[in-house]
Amino acid sequence: MTATEILAEAAIAFGHDVKKTEVAGMAQRGGVVSSHLRFGAKVLSPQITPGSADVLLGFEAAEGMRWRHMLRPSGLALMNTGRLVPPVVDIGLFEYPDDPVASVRAAGTRVYSFDASAIAHELGDMRLGNTVMLGAISDHLPFSAEVLEQCILKRFASKKAELIELNRRAFAAGRAAAAKAAASEVA
Amino acid sequence: MAAVVKEKARPAPAQSRLLMSGNDAVSRAVWEAGVRVAAAYPGTPATEMLEVISTYPDLYAEWSVNEKVSLEVAFGAAMAGSRSFCAMKHVGMNVASDALMTLTLTGVAGGLVIAIADDVGLSSSQNEQDSRYWGRFAHVPVLEPSDSQEAHDFTLAAFELSERFQTPVILRLTTRICHVKGLVTVGERREHAVAGFVKDVSRWVMVPGAAGRRLPLMFERENKLRAEAEISPLNGVEPGTDRRVGFVTSGPAYMHVRESFPDAPVLKLGFTCPVPIELVRHFATQCDQLVVVEEVEPLIENEIKAQGIAALGKDILPRSGELSPSILKPAIAKLLGEALPDVVKITPMQVFPRPPTMCAACPHLGVYYTLAQMRNVTISGDIGCYTLGFGQPWNALDACISMGASMGMALGLDKGRAESEKDKKIIAVIGDSTFMHMGMQGLLDIVYNKGNVTVLLLDNRAVGMTGGQANPGTGRDINGEEVPRVDFASLVKALGVREERVHVLNPYELPKLFKTLREESKIAEPSVIITNQPCVLVEHYKARKPFRVLEDKCTGCGNCVEVGCPAIHVTRRDKVIRPSGKEVERSFVRIESAACTGCGLCLQPCAPDAIVPVEALSMPIHVVKPS
Repeated sequence: MTATEILAEAAIAFGHDVKKTEVAGMAQRGGVVSSHLRFGAKVLSPQITPGSADVLLGFEAAEGMRWRHMLRPSGLALMNTGRLVPPVVDIGLFEYPDDPVASVRAAGTRVYSFDASAIAHELGDMRLGNTVMLGAISDHLPFSAEVLEQCILKRFASKKAELIELNRRAFAAGRAAAAKAAASEVA
Repeated sequence: MAAVVKEKARPAPAQSRLLMSGNDAVSRAVWEAGVRVAAAYPGTPATEMLEVISTYPDLYAEWSVNEKVSLEVAFGAAMAGSRSFCAMKHVGMNVASDALMTLTLTGVAGGLVIAIADDVGLSSSQNEQDSRYWGRFAHVPVLEPSDSQEAHDFTLAAFELSERFQTPVILRLTTRICHVKGLVTVGERREHAVAGFVKDVSRWVMVPGAAGRRLPLMFERENKLRAEAEISPLNGVEPGTDRRVGFVTSGPAYMHVRESFPDAPVLKLGFTCPVPIELVRHFATQCDQLVVVEEVEPLIENEIKAQGIAALGKDILPRSGELSPSILKPAIAKLLGEALPDVVKITPMQVFPRPPTMCAACPHLGVYYTLAQMRNVTISGDIGCYTLGFGQPWNALDACISMGASMGMALGLDKGRAESEKDKKIIAVIGDSTFMHMGMQGLLDIVYNKGNVTVLLLDNRAVGMTGGQANPGTGRDINGEEVPRVDFASLVKALGVREERVHVLNPYELPKLFKTLREESKIAEPSVIITNQPCVLVEHYKARKPFRVLEDKCTGCGNCVEVGCPAIHVTRRDKVIRPSGKEVERSFVRIESAACTGCGLCLQPCAPDAIVPVEALSMPIHVVKPS
């Protein structure tokens, strides 16, 4: 939800009207969390109509699969291959899909996938996953990646300098990971 | 525990354009309106309003113990001539309605606005009731904003209306207003002179005679409000070129209508109770047919139909849940005999569900692990995170309807038991905040009527489900300042529970919890077991060293999985045949150490002692204590 908020701030910086939905309540307790961001000259309904989203940011592998139907046919899915297995799967009531990325691709969607969780883990803080994902989307927006990066770093302005540096690196790593995935997709 | 007093924010200057949720926008307007008293009990999706309001300067804000008290506090301030505000979720008004139904007779001196947030789509509630009914029932006006900017503007308008007509005003919000962020242009705070309380028993003391004399005044006020709705700038016609269908709509549904049918004529209603019938009647003459689009109940629809205006509504739209362009477009296409839009054909991919779970190390885990071991019990539950105990792997909660109901239901289950249930144990589970909200009276009833119920009072010192807000059991108020802390053991004894039947336990000590629960449930009188460990989400919760699983020692017994902690993951599952010929399923596990806070619950049922602290592995053999 914070990631969507930062995207919204960047869109506002470019003069767009924005609406952003949030899901709270039960979702705070490990349930499904989804967030919609719409921006443009004037935004009416805050909800994205299924089959009309330009980009889907999947912060968890199976969640990317869950929301694939929101994308328009030519839309792009940026998927983290990292997994968060819920207790209902652990206790054997449901199966985790074998390969969510392959499933989404097989359904005809263009996917750039990478392990954002591993990148965040290497940088030393799982919370950096959000910034990695924002780095990944930064080259697929109708405005510059640099402004999005500034919107992220601004949030840490009052915090420790090393947090700014870590987020800068996470953003760059996400951007590079998406670019690499895009290149291999073309090849 | 040292209290952390929160600092007041410095509000952004007037004319700032800010990204705000509906809750943020209402809060800002409450401050701008010169409100001096604001009160609420937390509840999704309304919670953030009081949280945000409490950060503004120049006003008094409080967490009240329940919605009825919050409304009474706000009303008291309004009697004294102050502008006042009260916020609650939809079901909160059920609790507060006793006050509402009479304060509508007295009316108010200072402006009183009641924001009611309906959980349309049930993201976090037990029902989906439509709060606009209260406007009809209590004869008070209802305003319905459709986005954050309107949430701000309508709040200011509501205070004007409240003072002009001396009536409380309901501001009806929904989840898609409260939790959607959009751009809002804000204004300045304007102080309002406070007249002070003016003694007038014919107005403020509602005994039958006085109330009877106020009734005609209330209906007179309602007639004036009906006339006001007809000319209110909050209602307006947007002409359109495609007049086959004209839409009458309110709240967030307006945005979906506007998005779906850009060329259609729309009558947008912001002031929806009383319904401006003549405005609707005139609008109806400008289009071939009328469709009313509202969430959730057909209120506007039924009222305009009753006035002889032909319209469609719930005949072609769903009776429950949120509306959206993907629902409206096909419904209208069908009405007009057009081809269905492509949207309808998209089917989501099948993925496992991800139901909410309790947190890693949550003190409730120990309680539900223990309850799951109990046999021949009925467990009467209540509202909070611990409602999740009904689910996997515990299956240890059998009923839940409303705040505090676990107590009365348990007594009823006891008194109404069948002959075949003679030996059944009745257990009630309730959280600290829910107990203070509406559970204490139920326990008093159990004691008074000699019920055979064992009560588990889960005191985690916070309103956990809504994000860990303070309550009288926390020892801190909404600003983080120290206040007297409720002593639950003394409280339940004062209600009449015998001293020997009251136990205060650490819910992480499983054997003791199990033993006490088993013993108390066998004794045919009321007992109360209070668990005393804090919510893991509150600031002062102290995490300990995490644990890990020694792979070679794990026998796959799966006992730790039964705890239900989300930090425990099954890595491998298989089936073996025991020498006895019995087939046993094994689940080998790992602990996600990054999520583990070392509560130690999973260690206790682990048969082979395969769970060890992460640090132990890297610790040198000879530990030298620092001098």
